[in-house]
Amino acid sequence: MSSIARTTGMEYSGPAETIYLAEQLWPIRGQLYLGLLGLAVGGYLGLLQALERIGIDLYSAHFLKSYYQGLTIHGVLLAFLFTFAFSNSFLSLTTIRGFERPLASTWLAQGAFWTMLAGTVLAAFAILTNQATVLFTFYAPLKASSLFYLGAVFLVLSTWLTSANQLLTLRAWRREHPEEPIPLLGFVSVVPYLMWDLASVGVAILVVVFLLPWSLGILSHVDPQFDRLLFWFTGHPIVYFWLLPAYVSWYLMIPAQVGGRLFSDGLTRFVFLLFLVLSTPTGLHHQFTDPGMPTVMKTVHLFTTFAVVYPSFITAFTVMAALESGGRARGGRGLLGWIRALPWKDPSVNAQLLAMLVFTLGGATGIVNASYSVNLVVHNTAFVPGHFHMTVGTAVALTAMGICYWLIPFLSGRELWGRRLALAQAWLWAIGMLVFARGQIAGGLSGMPRRTAIGDAAYLDLFQWSLDNWLTAIGGIVMTTSGLLFFIVMLRTLFFSRPLAAPVEIPVAETVHGARESWPLFDRLGLWFLIAVGLAVVAYVPVILGYLPLNPVSPPIRVY
Amino acid sequence: MRIERYEKIFMALTLVVLLAALAAIGVGVFAAEVHLPAPAGRVDPRQIRRTAPFDQPGVREVAPGEYEAVIIARAWAFEPNEIRVPRGSTVRFRVASADVIHGFLVENTNINVMVIPGQVAEVAARFDRPGEYVFLCHEYCGFGHHQMFGKVIVE
Repeated sequence: MSSIARTTGMEYSGPAETIYLAEQLWPIRGQLYLGLLGLAVGGYLGLLQALERIGIDLYSAHFLKSYYQGLTIHGVLLAFLFTFAFSNSFLSLTTIRGFERPLASTWLAQGAFWTMLAGTVLAAFAILTNQATVLFTFYAPLKASSLFYLGAVFLVLSTWLTSANQLLTLRAWRREHPEEPIPLLGFVSVVPYLMWDLASVGVAILVVVFLLPWSLGILSHVDPQFDRLLFWFTGHPIVYFWLLPAYVSWYLMIPAQVGGRLFSDGLTRFVFLLFLVLSTPTGLHHQFTDPGMPTVMKTVHLFTTFAVVYPSFITAFTVMAALESGGRARGGRGLLGWIRALPWKDPSVNAQLLAMLVFTLGGATGIVNASYSVNLVVHNTAFVPGHFHMTVGTAVALTAMGICYWLIPFLSGRELWGRRLALAQAWLWAIGMLVFARGQIAGGLSGMPRRTAIGDAAYLDLFQWSLDNWLTAIGGIVMTTSGLLFFIVMLRTLFFSRPLAAPVEIPVAETVHGARESWPLFDRLGLWFLIAVGLAVVAYVPVILGYLPLNPVSPPIRVY
Repeated sequence: MRIERYEKIFMALTLVVLLAALAAIGVGVFAAEVHLPAPAGRVDPRQIRRTAPFDQPGVREVAPGEYEAVIIARAWAFEPNEIRVPRGSTVRFRVASADVIHGFLVENTNINVMVIPGQVAEVAARFDRPGEYVFLCHEYCGFGHHQMFGKVIVE
């Protein structure tokens, strides 16, 4: 009996059976569950925020000191724990499937789980005891407990262990398969982490060199402007670290799930490499309104930001083409008939198609944010959460839920329970999100600040935000209903569902133009990584040299 | 590497769209003269009340029709929180923080700037229509963040 059969009760046949080792599957499963726990708790806090908009304050009933303590939980659990844990879990699994071999190191796979758990426990303790009400951006000189910063270190460390394991697995695969192109699924699993390895250096320096020693009293003052520079070095590329696991599914799995084919292997590699190269040298567009940053370099980062929009545009075309090929293979005719022919009754496909649709608005509003002087209209207003709830909150989160609709059966050996509930769940999420975003975006355009207890704001009566607040609240309630359905479906599947009649296979799309037609240089990942480092240096060294000397004027301040 | 015709067309069109968007931004910056905040000096938040011009927060006329408003942002208030100017005035705001990071946004203007300890934030706008313009803090600055606002009153 194979190891997968031992762990899941499934009977597998073929080459797949030896690649999923039980000792590597449990950390993958464990991180997925940890991430989903983060989604549940973090999402629930979102409901409290939504209700605050219409004057319903449930914070004291939850033993929370303030809106902002709840918001910190919401941000940290959803932006860091859920995304990191899901990514570690899902892209470790696709690494195994992509290279058709176990991960190179079981020790690293389990280490990733333990460090993720340790980071979660440390940060959660600090936040729940109101020692770290600093939101997920933890801008100095707001001081959090050292445990919070230590928790952040462990969470990032966990992603680095996962990346190291992927690279070791790639190296082992190359030894076993000299002269062969890297399998596409393996390629797209490794590249997002390579991007993140470079991108996360900013926040790693920020926390380890500055904030952790400062919180411990070893360092007396920090420079808040420079700290923001380090934060946003990581803070923009992190959104691609969130997004690329969804792209892996959209590029390589959804075409197979709808019965179509991915068009071009080469273009897929090209897109992922563009993200590797272009994601990091863009962070200053989050600092367009920072007084300490020169406008010349803000302009440079405007151009690089527009450049990194490019691969997402290509994605829109490529994914759509694959969907069309599937829709037509299923009998769809005419200009748009293929859309109706897609398997909308498949919960996994349905959720991800809706995630893509909402993402078009998310992407478009993102371009507004990045558009230099236009940013003055929206910076730090509710427009921004309106935007990113359609990207990370839908493109990523709803895709992750869609993936769970096959992944949980795959991991548990149990049939998906409640397919109709799962369909309703995705529709409710998408509709709720659009209503919510409408409220936030309209409010933001009339000056409503983000991350603010608006229901309690001293200036609330001076603005006409009533409709915006109601839409935000209604959207939040609809999304909470959706979230509830999701977890009912997940828990019933795990604990009360029938064993699968036939094993679930990880869906992997075939390509029309395969790897042999792709440019061999695409596989020289070390070279592309060096180019990415070079561009980051070019984009940031002039900023840093122009800014120095540091201006360490801020002692730790606790005002929460 | 083989790239299909439709792919090529789409990739080219995408470039055109992005370049058009960049051109539109260029028009906003160079023709409409909407500029982003630029470095305007440093100030030590611990010494802010002894450092000019923040030792005398308030609004003063520096030339006919031109005003300078010096504002200290602190948890959780702006000092001063009321700025009065006649209609048609151009107001140059100089804002700095005495403690944590704050934000400064004036409704119905292009004024939107971070107020970061150690940095002087300098932004300007012309107020042609009489009325009240709320300015508020848009960066989380602690427990009372949502109480932090003021008004520009144009007479």
